[in-house]
Amino acid sequence: MAMDTTTDSRDKQQTLLGADELVLNMGPQHPSTHGVLRVKLKLDGERVIGSECMIGYLHRGVEKIAEHRTYQQFAPYVDRMDYVAAVSNGLGYCEAIEKLLMVEAPPRAKVIRTILTELQRIASHLLWLGTHALDIGALTPLFYCFREREEILKIFEKYCGARLTTHAFRIGGLQYDAYDTLEKEVERFCKAFEPRIKDYEDLLTQNRIWLGRTKGVGILTAADAIALGATGPVLRASGVKWDIRKAMPYAAYDQYKFEIPVGSTGDTYDRYMVRMEEMRQSRLICLQAIENIPTGPILAKVGKVLKPPPGEVYHAIEAPKGELGYYVISDGTVQPYRVRIRPPSFVNLQAFDKMARGHLVADVVAIIGTLDIVLGEVDR
Amino acid sequence: MADEPKEKQPSPVPAGDKPASSPAAIPSPKPAAAAPTGVTPPRPAVPVPPKPPVQLQTPLNNELVGRIRAKFGPVLVEAIEDRKQAILTVECGKLAEVAQYLRDEEKFDLLSDLTAVDWPKREKRLDVVLNLYSFAKNERLRVKARAADGEQVPSVAGVWPTANWLEREAFDMFGIVFTGHPNLTRILLPDEWQGYPLRKDYDIIEQDTSWVKDNLGIESGQ
Repeated sequence: MAMDTTTDSRDKQQTLLGADELVLNMGPQHPSTHGVLRVKLKLDGERVIGSECMIGYLHRGVEKIAEHRTYQQFAPYVDRMDYVAAVSNGLGYCEAIEKLLMVEAPPRAKVIRTILTELQRIASHLLWLGTHALDIGALTPLFYCFREREEILKIFEKYCGARLTTHAFRIGGLQYDAYDTLEKEVERFCKAFEPRIKDYEDLLTQNRIWLGRTKGVGILTAADAIALGATGPVLRASGVKWDIRKAMPYAAYDQYKFEIPVGSTGDTYDRYMVRMEEMRQSRLICLQAIENIPTGPILAKVGKVLKPPPGEVYHAIEAPKGELGYYVISDGTVQPYRVRIRPPSFVNLQAFDKMARGHLVADVVAIIGTLDIVLGEVDR
Repeated sequence: MADEPKEKQPSPVPAGDKPASSPAAIPSPKPAAAAPTGVTPPRPAVPVPPKPPVQLQTPLNNELVGRIRAKFGPVLVEAIEDRKQAILTVECGKLAEVAQYLRDEEKFDLLSDLTAVDWPKREKRLDVVLNLYSFAKNERLRVKARAADGEQVPSVAGVWPTANWLEREAFDMFGIVFTGHPNLTRILLPDEWQGYPLRKDYDIIEQDTSWVKDNLGIESGQ
């Protein structure tokens, strides 16, 4: 096994202990691995000196399926990758195909897409916060988070009939127009949500145990984060101010004002703070968006049979977990020649080994949680 | 209305023209027999679009391409632009060197994605595709390398550590062998699995039946 030769003080302690190397299997049936992740930990006492992630338990061959479905038929499949942020997956896919077709969704569709995607970001971060806190031992936030997430899922349900695997968007725009009270309900949620974030922060941000479990745990420097391809909150917590919504705006993001929160040390606490702030920013985007939803059509002029001209396109969006990219090749037929999905969770998980080395077994749980992975997306 | 679909979208039936064009596209003989006078003029225009072949892939000749061409010469096989996205094709054996140059000199510091595409009819059937991003330039670049089946592709894991898992996935799904990779094993499928599922000659319902039988104890079959 290739060992890291860092001169961390913990490594010195580790050699002093001189215990035999122990291999510990964590998962795939472990509650804090958030699905079917199996991690092989090499331990010296309680310290992690190496790790290996074994993935693929949930591999369904989504990219292969894509080659045997039409462009529209494949759209619901992408909801099943990151199944806690289905709306974001759908947005990325629909926009990629629109780029391939060289059509653009109408302004009204873009704004409604933005609202729903930002609500989805809040919902995804809430689920992360609840389970992450639960992993580290804070039971209460889970109930609070699920309470608010429920409100968002109710909006989704009212909009398209589904709560999780929504298939909310269509290639070229939307299938359903916003229901009459959508703006009101989003506004009500956003108004109620602000004090809620404060509640979570009251429970955690200054909590001694929370600080002890997250400060200095799983540090990822900016250089490492970029080298390992980490994106999303993981990258931003390391101090890199990069968000695809700002860098290469899609949907209607160029119309709204929002900040990109960044961390400084890149530890678990910073990632927590970044995601908390992101929820606030998403809330602000929603509030700006509902103020002025343009009228007009919701679906661009696309045919019932989609035959994009031969060629290829790579389109990436800022999903709650990071850069979600679709690389689609058309050969001019009704089925895509190749659909490659660049999953943020898969790539971010690769940083796990770097982050876990030198930490205690108990911290492994915190590090898996802070990466915010969804195994449906890791394995596809 | 009649000439609009001709220009913009030759093949699919535009949604906005539904009442006029969709009956014309599918049961065209029937309305022709029933009401030949009413809707005749616009109808023949829709099913006979001449399909002028729009050239979407245009040669790319910007400064970046110029610099790469000056440095690497014939290693740069092709530089095109497709839907405003830059695509470079480089010689397979020099992929790692080009990658190193792109990262160090051209500041493409993030390897967003590395994947492969199978073109079985081509002599060099596999494409290794790298999607790069530069924070400094806020620009994306796609780099491709064509490899024959079994041809060794230099690993870029030494340039971007991200490539470690991504190349393992390309090996797993396409059987591309990356030389210099620290640990080239299957990542999503079991280690003993036979076959490379994302190749075009691997059928969608095909699977490694003997593996399934030995390890899961079931007769395979869909």
